[in-house]
Amino acid sequence: MSDLVRPQSGLILPPAEGTHPPLDYPDYRSTRLRAPKRPFVPIPQSLTELTAPVFGSDRVGEGDADLTQGHAAEPQGQRITVYGRVLEDGGRPVPDTLVEVWQANAGGRYRHAGDQHPAPLDPNFSGGGRCLTDAEGRFRFITIKPGAYPWGNHPNAWRPAHIHFSVFGWAFVQRLVTQMYFPDDPLFFQDPIFNSVGDPAARERMICRFDLEQTIPEWALAFEFDIVLRGREATPMEES
Amino acid sequence: MSTTPAQTVGPFYAIELPYAEGPYVVPEGTAGAVWLRGRLIDGAGDPIPDGLVESWQIDDEFRGFGRSGTDEDGRWAILTLKPSAVAGAAPHLDLAVFARGLLNHVVTRLYFGDEAEANAADPVLSGLDEAQRATLVATPAGDGYELDIHLQGPDETVFFAV
Repeated sequence: MSDLVRPQSGLILPPAEGTHPPLDYPDYRSTRLRAPKRPFVPIPQSLTELTAPVFGSDRVGEGDADLTQGHAAEPQGQRITVYGRVLEDGGRPVPDTLVEVWQANAGGRYRHAGDQHPAPLDPNFSGGGRCLTDAEGRFRFITIKPGAYPWGNHPNAWRPAHIHFSVFGWAFVQRLVTQMYFPDDPLFFQDPIFNSVGDPAARERMICRFDLEQTIPEWALAFEFDIVLRGREATPMEES
Repeated sequence: MSTTPAQTVGPFYAIELPYAEGPYVVPEGTAGAVWLRGRLIDGAGDPIPDGLVESWQIDDEFRGFGRSGTDEDGRWAILTLKPSAVAGAAPHLDLAVFARGLLNHVVTRLYFGDEAEANAADPVLSGLDEAQRATLVATPAGDGYELDIHLQGPDETVFFAV
């Protein structure tokens, strides 16, 4: 097997019941015509499901993890670093995996033609970034804290401030797209996307932790966010 | 330590996820390359213009990953080489589908309509009824294959728990 595919050991375990939101969640209106209605068909994991793409410098360049750079000047907003590790349930770090992020600017506006929120665009902020985790599964982004914004889901609906995260892991079935929220956001109670995760303990795992120790004095606040992917059976996969 | 919950990709993923080479698992002009094309459709039969389709196949020669956003007509397209049959399974790719309104991505497969014999013997396809199988088998068309993905409705695609 070439270095385009990583050797794997052990099947990937399902996440604990209640971890992921149900797809059919009418409070989030866009689910109504998009959530599949039929039960998923269980199939065994083959090598295809137990491997994942390997990304390198073709996808990640120097400076791609700093969302405050690459423009004529610095963006508006509270400068922050967001750092953490990508892990498997069970604690094993996931090195060399692609982490992609995107977010609104400090005023709660995305640089996207579909975003009609009448908050200003920031000419110095695009809102996308990416990096590969290091040998211990660590990542670190520099960005600004995104603003909350209104949306049309229900009367006076507001999304809590969040950063979108996309992570691959080392197996196709570990693929995860999630959103990272900030501590003590007063908008949590009315947000159906956040609350689609029924288990309060699981919801907590989407909230980053303020970390004074990792702040960069005189420069940036710091938030820690560990991302935990589905774990792995201890038993090696049988060759077939 | 427990798994981080999934959340929807939302309507604005295009800020980061699509990239120029994303739809090209292999470069244009590669001998034997085929376009996999289709539409992403919602429960009202309307195209989904803000969806994302990713493909994954194992190959020793290239990174078998493709990524295509959907356009205003819900169309996605990925250029790749047809995978070979492995360990009794008919040739297929894994697909992951993301969209606003999908709180977690869904997983399906694309099989090839000109592999009737291999498809008939495939252990996953054999476990499905004819209508279900039809949602997974792409039709040969011009320079590749066509397969629509229906998130909901009478032709709802078979999605897998894996």
